[in-house]
Amino acid sequence: MELILISIIASIVTYFVPKGMAKMVALFGAILTLAYNSFLLQSFVADGTKKFVFDTPWFSDAVHFSVGIDGISMLMLLLTNILMVVILLGAMRKEWKRESLFYSLILFMQAALIGVFVSNDGIMFYVFWELALIPIYFLCALWSESGDYKTTTRFFIYTFMGSLAMLGSFIYLGSKGLVDGHTFAYDNLVAVKLSTTESMWVGLGIFIAFAVKIPLLPFNAWQPSTYAESPTPASQLLSGIMLKMGLYGLIRWFFPMVPETYEFWSNLIIILGVIAVIHGALIAIRQNGMKRLTAFASLSHVGLIAAGIATITIVGLQGALVQMFAHGINVVGIFLCIDIIQRRTQTRDLTQLGGIAKQAPYFAALFLILVLGTMAVPFTNGFPGEILLLKSIFGYHTILGVIAGLTVILCAVYMLRMYQKGMLGKPNGETFHFPDLQKSEWPALILLSAMVIGMGVYPQWIVELTEASSENILKIIKETVEGVS
Amino acid sequence: MLAWIILLPLVGFAFSILFGKKLPKPLVGFIASVVVLGSFLFSIDVFNTVSADPNGISERLFTFLAIDGFNVSFTLFADRITSIMLLVITGVGLLIHVYSISYMSHDEGFYKFFAYLNLFVFNMLILVLGSNLLVLFFGWEGVGLCSYLLIGFWYQNPSFGKAARKAFIMNRIGDLGLLLAIFLCAIYVGSFEFSVISDAAQSGALPEHLITTISILLFVGAMGKSAQIPLYTWLPDAMAGPTPVSALIHAATMVTAGVYLIVRNQALFMLSSSANELIMFIGLATSLVAAVIALKQNDIKKVLAYSTVSQLGFMFIALGVGAYSAAMFHLVTHAFFKALLFLGSGSIIHAMDDEQDMRRMGGLRKSMPITFITFLIGTLAISGFPFLSGFFSKDEILASAFGHNRWVWGIAIISATLTGFYMFRLLFVVFFGTFRGTKEQKSHLHESPWLMTIPLMILALLSVFGGMLNLPKYAGSLSEKLHHWIEPNLPILRNPVHVSHSIEYMLVGVAIFIFLLAFILQYRKYVFKSAVPEEDNEMSKSALVLANKLYVDEAYDKMFVEPTETLGDYSSWFDRNIIGLIPKSIKGWNTALARLNARVQNGNIEYYLVYMSLAVFLVLFLSAICLKLWN
Repeated sequence: MELILISIIASIVTYFVPKGMAKMVALFGAILTLAYNSFLLQSFVADGTKKFVFDTPWFSDAVHFSVGIDGISMLMLLLTNILMVVILLGAMRKEWKRESLFYSLILFMQAALIGVFVSNDGIMFYVFWELALIPIYFLCALWSESGDYKTTTRFFIYTFMGSLAMLGSFIYLGSKGLVDGHTFAYDNLVAVKLSTTESMWVGLGIFIAFAVKIPLLPFNAWQPSTYAESPTPASQLLSGIMLKMGLYGLIRWFFPMVPETYEFWSNLIIILGVIAVIHGALIAIRQNGMKRLTAFASLSHVGLIAAGIATITIVGLQGALVQMFAHGINVVGIFLCIDIIQRRTQTRDLTQLGGIAKQAPYFAALFLILVLGTMAVPFTNGFPGEILLLKSIFGYHTILGVIAGLTVILCAVYMLRMYQKGMLGKPNGETFHFPDLQKSEWPALILLSAMVIGMGVYPQWIVELTEASSENILKIIKETVEGVS
Repeated sequence: MLAWIILLPLVGFAFSILFGKKLPKPLVGFIASVVVLGSFLFSIDVFNTVSADPNGISERLFTFLAIDGFNVSFTLFADRITSIMLLVITGVGLLIHVYSISYMSHDEGFYKFFAYLNLFVFNMLILVLGSNLLVLFFGWEGVGLCSYLLIGFWYQNPSFGKAARKAFIMNRIGDLGLLLAIFLCAIYVGSFEFSVISDAAQSGALPEHLITTISILLFVGAMGKSAQIPLYTWLPDAMAGPTPVSALIHAATMVTAGVYLIVRNQALFMLSSSANELIMFIGLATSLVAAVIALKQNDIKKVLAYSTVSQLGFMFIALGVGAYSAAMFHLVTHAFFKALLFLGSGSIIHAMDDEQDMRRMGGLRKSMPITFITFLIGTLAISGFPFLSGFFSKDEILASAFGHNRWVWGIAIISATLTGFYMFRLLFVVFFGTFRGTKEQKSHLHESPWLMTIPLMILALLSVFGGMLNLPKYAGSLSEKLHHWIEPNLPILRNPVHVSHSIEYMLVGVAIFIFLLAFILQYRKYVFKSAVPEEDNEMSKSALVLANKLYVDEAYDKMFVEPTETLGDYSSWFDRNIIGLIPKSIKGWNTALARLNARVQNGNIEYYLVYMSLAVFLVLFLSAICLKLWN
């Protein structure tokens, strides 16, 4: 609750402070939120129930403003608030037109994301889900690199339409549930029993909303061009945090709501996910634009996470959560590195780069750590999640597991190709005067690299944080299934 | 104790990478060597402990992951098999560190080189000390990463970078096999601990087809790391790295990890005859093909690289016929003489201003006497000169092969003969005859400094006397020491089929005969007639095919790389034109889109929308709070 307040206030203050001060105020706001989040973590007990609950009727008795934090929410909040600081640190190095609006929107986004991750009420979840879309739309459109609104607007409408379907499903669920009292409370929505047909339709509505956001194949059409044309902070917000909304939604809302037909959805999502793993990786191998490459790599990684969630096993869920956290760190870091390269050379085309490692060894080293994290090398954060996810998919279906396992090879191909073409080799005209890291780039990249290694050595803390909550979600699904049969 | 062994090199790595740039080079090299020396001393301690108690020691460090159905603790474990590996890694590693202080002294990436070497040793030690498959996998991938970093050490050269990438990716293909084996163990055994897996296999809890599948998948991992057909082509390319790296990683330690993996999981492999057959055939094919290719290579390091592939093939033959101690024995002696040969070639390359083509060398024995003598010892050892280390270790493999099947022995003996041929060709062309390099190179020719020659001499001694570890049966009471020593740590005992004494003497006779054959023929050709290998454009067609490594690289490109790229193009097309249709196809969107565009573009609309959304947000928020207070 207070978290949302802090970022909302920071957002407003940022908007009204004089030019030049906005970025410092924004950074201060983000750090304050993170600090408060850490403070909450101190007294947090990960026993699977919601802590720090705040609940009050809102529009009517049926819709409450209801928040609470369990292990999974806590993990997502930590991810959001840490990445916000990093994203702001990275953004500060550049002069943005309409600076105060820019930073204010980023913080506004933070508030909405926090709201999504703590909502305990279906309608409230929907409201925050849509609110998050507003700032990101403007960030992408107004600071677009190509100056073209079309891509962004398409993205906006695409995801907006998807979300409307989700609202429909929630309202239908609500109408089937309690007549009096807090109809749209999470527990009440989840408890509603549906027939198979109803469950399919309700599921379809929610599924589309999440599938577009994640994005799952074949709903990914908005992704590559939006990532490529948006300013870096927006790409970071989208890939690092916003797509986690979809994955979080799958875990928290989707499967517990349609346990009646979960086997169908599991099969569908695993197959789509595994196809995305290979499809994204194959395209990534052929990209020369670094941002596009990262977009497709992300498609591949997120497909794996979604498939792991859909196995509905503790290994799959825990792997997904570990990997969501890791992916957020890595992808934001990679985008930051791309941005650093682009700011100095005015290009992110691999065919024109090379030799940066010679000119900027510290940058090269930290970039390499992030690349290794993405490639899931042991002792980096990508490894524990990937091995858990692959194991869960392999356990679900052997052949699909083997196909998904190809990511181990393909990911090394495209990530090393990117790193070598960009960083190694001989310097050329573009990269000859490539200054090493400067000012706020230092703390941003060091923080990320430290997390890559730290989490790679000791991922167990995430497991402990989220285990009870994951068990709860599995229990909800399994109980309903047993009740039906 | 075990934790110290791995921690010391890690500390060395951290020190070099953080402070090494500013400190004087000798100090950095010294510290990097001292930490390995420390690990070596601890390894001796471990050796003594496990000598007294073959059950070994284990140390639990921390919980890596604890999830229902996926429990991984970071535990170290050492028994006698481990302790042999520890001594080889830290011992040979130490010598190579010392050698590198001088070899790399002119390189501006000196501190980075030593940091990577320490990191490599750290990972390699984790690999052999892991008590379960997952900890092993940490080291397994870690050494692959260090190998990548060190092959591509001179990263400004794009072709070196390519070689590094190739090595990493080919290893990852193998790693996938290992990973799948790990998953099967998780599902069907419920544990990754070697001891638990071994017990499950022996108690019959694991059905036979699963044992076979897991064994073959483990072997796929071994193929990648130990450069066996079909995943061997990365190793010759890996010679792009600095020569000490080739000696340490691509000859003595990392490439033997596959052998170690199979020895460590002996119970699984012993219970699956089809896996054994597969290993034996792959080993045979690899040892033969690599030896044939080595005959026509002219890059001094490439000859040694193919030789390594071929010798690794020998180790896998031994594993395939169930002669585990013979494989370990050859692993150890090979580490000695191949490290020696690589370091010797480094000494030559150093003296020749980075020339690696042996057609530009010749007559080096006069100007580089120590290098010559030690290199000669290495050559004699590897090609089976009587009573040197390679003679005993290779003969034991040949005898086991003979006991298994005459045909296997027949093919192995051909590879063994070829070993002598390519090694003597190398030796004679480089050290005998007349100097064929440039005048400038000639004036620079010199023996290498002490820091480089002392490790050569120590390795030469080890190459001579390494055979004492495991003398053959006919040596009486001194025989088969290594075999008996590691026996308690091999879960399933099966004495290798022993041939009668008369046959054994006959086999020794054949071995000596082929050694002499290779020596005399090559001496006649390259010393007596002072022939020089032909230039590329003078080669006959068949020689050219060999010199071009049978065009395997080209075939792999056509079979795997290009189809993958084509698939990537298809996927891109599909993504753009089919998946992209979904948002485009809905007509109504376009009008809405156009309208929104128009409004956004005409000015201050964004402020409008921001105010609006903020207002909505605030009103909802405040109303919630008011309601709460009011209630």
